[in-house]
Amino acid sequence: MSMLLQCSGLSKRFGSKEALSGINFSVESGRIVGLLGPNGSGKTTLIKLISGLLVPTTGSILVDGHAPGMDTKKIVSYLPERTYLNDWMRARDIIGFFQDFYADFDAAKARDMLARLQIDPADRLKSMSKGTKEKVQLILVMSRNARLYLLDEPIGGVDPAARDYILNTIITNYSPDASVILSTHLIADVEKVLDDIVFLSNGQVAMTAAVDDIRENQGKSVDALFREVFQC
Amino acid sequence: MAWVLNPDRPIYLQLVEHIRLQIVSGHYPPGSRLPSVRDLAGEAAVNPNTMQKALGELERLELLYTQRTSGRYITEDVQRIAQVKQDLAYQQIHDFFVQMERLGYGKDDCFRLMEAVIEGGKQ
Repeated sequence: MSMLLQCSGLSKRFGSKEALSGINFSVESGRIVGLLGPNGSGKTTLIKLISGLLVPTTGSILVDGHAPGMDTKKIVSYLPERTYLNDWMRARDIIGFFQDFYADFDAAKARDMLARLQIDPADRLKSMSKGTKEKVQLILVMSRNARLYLLDEPIGGVDPAARDYILNTIITNYSPDASVILSTHLIADVEKVLDDIVFLSNGQVAMTAAVDDIRENQGKSVDALFREVFQC
Repeated sequence: MAWVLNPDRPIYLQLVEHIRLQIVSGHYPPGSRLPSVRDLAGEAAVNPNTMQKALGELERLELLYTQRTSGRYITEDVQRIAQVKQDLAYQQIHDFFVQMERLGYGKDDCFRLMEAVIEGGKQ
């Protein structure tokens, strides 16, 4: 197994506010990793750094041996917390758009997933509900044959049935060459599909562990552990 | 049978227990082919690595074996399956006595109560 992602001594400062400090962690290929932490703990900042949207203040990030840039964008599929798509576009147009952009995009897979979730490809984004828009975005992101998927709150806005479908998509899309990093507050929903967790707290890594080790050693679920560690 | 998984216990152990029960109960007959890791993981809604670990454990228990090119099969060794089944039965009975002891019943009391229940059921 090779290291797909390595973050060392990573810090990010916004003016006087330190969003992340001294982050060290790595992800092997073939893992599904949960990035968990309370609001404002730095989850989105970390994901943006890995995707190359932000530049670290100090420290380094290597994705498959490359610093974030053109080489890594080809192999990283990123789901942002907010939509960046034009809302006058129809679902089928956006599929064409992604096909032009990414060599690893599988348009047939995207159309198939739209059909499974009963989304009409002729609908404009503008006419879709918030949850449906999120589903469309996730379909686009998961239809790439990427090496690293960065999913920022992929299940936050959708109903429980669609949540199951999305998690199932992540499982069935699994490949030993690729890894998934997903951030969420909905730990109980995702913990069955995770290999490892990274707890972020005030911009620092509070804990990294394999989820079955937590259950074995502590006799409790990841959700219960989270509530204990981050008790308000 | 639906996959009921408790998040407080290691998932792979629960997968081992679930599949083991399906083998001893004959849901997966001896010598039959097990679905792929991906399909099983999808069905149970768990991580494929976790399912892989569970199947490895079942191989170690000699309930499964891998045919290098064509996948995983249930053992054809029916004696091994019978032995595992009996071990599970003993475990159930042992657990039952432990529970009854907590209620303050000795083994003799248990036999009497069981007879009463069986006779009661006949009426």
